[in-house]
Order: sequence, then structure tokens, then C-alpha cells
Amino acid sequence: MSQLDDLKAAIKDRLGELDCVIGWEQGYDALHATPLFIRSEADLDRLIIGPLAVHNLSTYLPGLKGKKVGIVVKGCDSRSVIELLNEKLINRDDVVIFGLCCDGVVSQRKIRAALSADPGFVESVTVGADDLKITVAGQNATLKLADVKADKCLTCQHPDAVLSDVLIGAKHGAPALASLACQDEFEAKSDAEKFAFWQETMSRCIRCYACRNACPMCVCRDYCIATSRDPLWVSQENSPTENMMFQMIHVSHLAGRCTECGECERACPVDIPLMLLRRYMNKQVKDVFEHQAGTALDQTPPLFTFKVEEERIHERGW
Amino acid sequence: MPAQDSRELRIVGFLCNWCSYGGADTAGVGRFIQPTDLRVIRVPCSGRIDPLFVVRALMNGADGVLVSGCHPRDCHYSEGNYYARRRLELLKRFLPITGIDERRFEYTWVSASEGQRWQHVVTEFTRRIHELGPAPLFNPVSEADWNALALKASQGLGCSCHG
Repeated sequence: MSQLDDLKAAIKDRLGELDCVIGWEQGYDALHATPLFIRSEADLDRLIIGPLAVHNLSTYLPGLKGKKVGIVVKGCDSRSVIELLNEKLINRDDVVIFGLCCDGVVSQRKIRAALSADPGFVESVTVGADDLKITVAGQNATLKLADVKADKCLTCQHPDAVLSDVLIGAKHGAPALASLACQDEFEAKSDAEKFAFWQETMSRCIRCYACRNACPMCVCRDYCIATSRDPLWVSQENSPTENMMFQMIHVSHLAGRCTECGECERACPVDIPLMLLRRYMNKQVKDVFEHQAGTALDQTPPLFTFKVEEERIHERGW
Repeated sequence: MPAQDSRELRIVGFLCNWCSYGGADTAGVGRFIQPTDLRVIRVPCSGRIDPLFVVRALMNGADGVLVSGCHPRDCHYSEGNYYARRRLELLKRFLPITGIDERRFEYTWVSASEGQRWQHVVTEFTRRIHELGPAPLFNPVSEADWNALALKASQGLGCSCHG
């Protein structure tokens, strides 16, 4: 039986006790998936998994608090679920987690870049063992999966769901720690270069808040200080400063909580590399507090607590 | 009385009401000579300082930001400065990725009786900011700058693998 059949059988088993199960189905074309809310066995036929099922579905969980919900998670998504549990934003008893052993997902941006023309509407996609066969406008293209994998998958430490009630597929185990070339390259730049980079990049930002809305850890909903008038943190002016300020709000509110699922960057319509900021912040958090969000149950995010003697904060003498 | 012979820069200081504000006051009462670049904002506790206050100040044109609170174990509210220490340390470590020089931000502890220490801190920090010079502005200042920036942004320069 394939992974998908196993998953369908597992969901069918538990569907009776749940209000719905969240998974993925094919979206407006063959290349794009969209979230699927399974309420009956008939809906199960539309369920898909695999490299095209990219969304982190745990974004929906806080909004469904109090309902009995099943959710299909990849390794990275399960970290977000754990972080939500740790912050008591969802109840463990209300959630049934169908964990996958994930082989990585694709980056739509990389696919777009690899095809000769803008794909627009993709007619069909065949997912092979290590390639994607895409038919668009009557033309066929074959892309290596390794070339179009999302950045987060290249350095993924948790391909298997960290927490699950049902685990589907064969475990991969934790791969060796690798760093992302693009991140290292950016961090090595001078202050002036980085400053100029953010000036340019943030002048492109249209402040649509897609990054915030896709983020599973952004849970303030209607009380986000970025859109409140009282207190007024960010004005309506669309300038690089205000756009950068919004990103700084986002990063600082996710310090020690971000699970690096990459949804912010994926959701960005103007391809701003937001993960450069997030990964860097997470690295600092790991360095100072030896904390990685969503890797274990019952962790307290480091900024929610303190130690009288901090081992790793060395105060500068004056 | 300016300690430097050069033009004043804009330095914002967030001082806790119970210790560092008192320390600065002690320095004043003691008639210690201090540079005058620092604008003091008095806050009830260093734990009240959201790191975003610092970011907002830096983005809005401050050349430097200094945060000072009670020494650890001396907090009027028992634990405010412990939270502050964690947040501010992370902020300081985070600044390099934004291209803002992290030396433009500093946090320290000064008690109400440490007038001398306050004088030292404020003099040292002001000197550091003067060495760094005025901070670059995040927003372009002229129409021509705007157009150049928009052009560069449309070309997506800067990150090799993100366009």
C-alpha cells in the first residue's frame, strides 16, 4: 500500500470522532495544492500528499480551538503544532495528528525560475522518484526534484513528524546538520551591503500581510500591533522604513517561537527572502538559550522566562 | 556642556525610573561633566522596554540608543530586568543581519547611587556614536534617490538565489 492509501485508511478510522481533518487537495492547476477540509469519506478521494503539498496546515489550528480536529503534518509542520501546544494555544486532547515521513516539498519560486516561460496554468504534473514532469502550454519539461526543493528542505533536521498519533511511512531519521549557502553568503556581507539590500527589498514590499497571515505562530489575529491604530506602531505610509518596521515586529514577536516552516517567504507575492531574518534570529536563540522552537513538548519559549544567572549572556563591562 | 567639539548627534536613552534615571540625576547633582547628545526617556522599568522601541528609534533616525536599568537582583519589580536582559541581548545579536551597526545600540545597568558610573557610560557611549558618525537613513531622502532605489528593487539585486 502506498503512503497515501495508508493515510486515507488512518483518517477513515478516526473521521467519526472528528469535526474535520485538514489535508491537501489539488488546487487551480496541477502544480498547486490547496488545503482540504475533510468532513466525510467522500472528501477523502481528493486528498493528496507528496512534494506539491506544501502548506503548513497548523496555521488553522488556533482558529479551530475547542473543535475536534485532525491534521496531516510533515516534519516541519509538526514542530509548529508542538509550539502551539507548548504555548497552550491549542489543546492536545482536541487534535489528532497524522504525521508523515516527508521527502521534502517543492518551491514554486524555483519551479517558476527553472521553466523557460512563466507557467501560468500547468496542465499536468507527474511526480517521479527524483524528478517532476510538467506539461505546460503543450510543452513538456522535466525538473530534478533536488533542484526545485524548498530551501527549508535542504537543511531539514526533522523530516519525520516529531509528534504524531499516527505516523505514516518509513522513518528517515535526522540528517547531518547542513547550512544554507545562500544564508551564509548573505551573512558574510558588510553592514552597508545588507542595509542597502533591505532598503531595496523593502521598497518592493506591498505590506499585504500575507507573510503574517500564513504564519502559524502569528496568533494575535485582530489585535496585531502592525494594523492597530492605538497603539500606532506602523503608519499607513508605504516606505521602506515602515515596511521594514513591520518585518522587525514580525521577527521580534517570533523570537524563540519561529519553527522555520518558511510559510512567510512562500506566501510573499514579491519574493522577499524573509527567511534570511528568521533563520538568523533562530540561530541567535539557539546560541544564547540552546532552544529550538517546536522540537520537544513542554518547552517554554526563552523570552517567556528568565534565569537569574544567564550562562550565555556575557555582560559587557564599561 | 558638550564633551565633544563636534555637532551633536541624536542618541535616545531609555532609563529605568528606579535606578538609572536616579543615577543620571545623581551625576547631575554631583555636577559631573556629561555630553549632551543623549535624550532621556524615563520608563517605569527596563522590563517595560520593548526591543521594538529601540528598533523604532533607530529606524526613525536616532544615531544611537542606550538602555539602562537596575543591576540584576536590584529590580524594583523583582524580575523586570531579567526579562529585559534576554530581550535586549537577542536584539543586539539580531541587528547585524539588518545592516544596522549593532554598536549603535547598547544596554547596561546603573544604580541610583552610581553617578560616576553613569557619567562613564554616557561619555563612552556618546564617544562611540561619534566615532560611527550619523546613522544612514532607511528612507531615501530625495526624489532621485527614490527612483534609483525603485530601479534597483525592480532588478532584484542583492540576494543571488532569491532574485
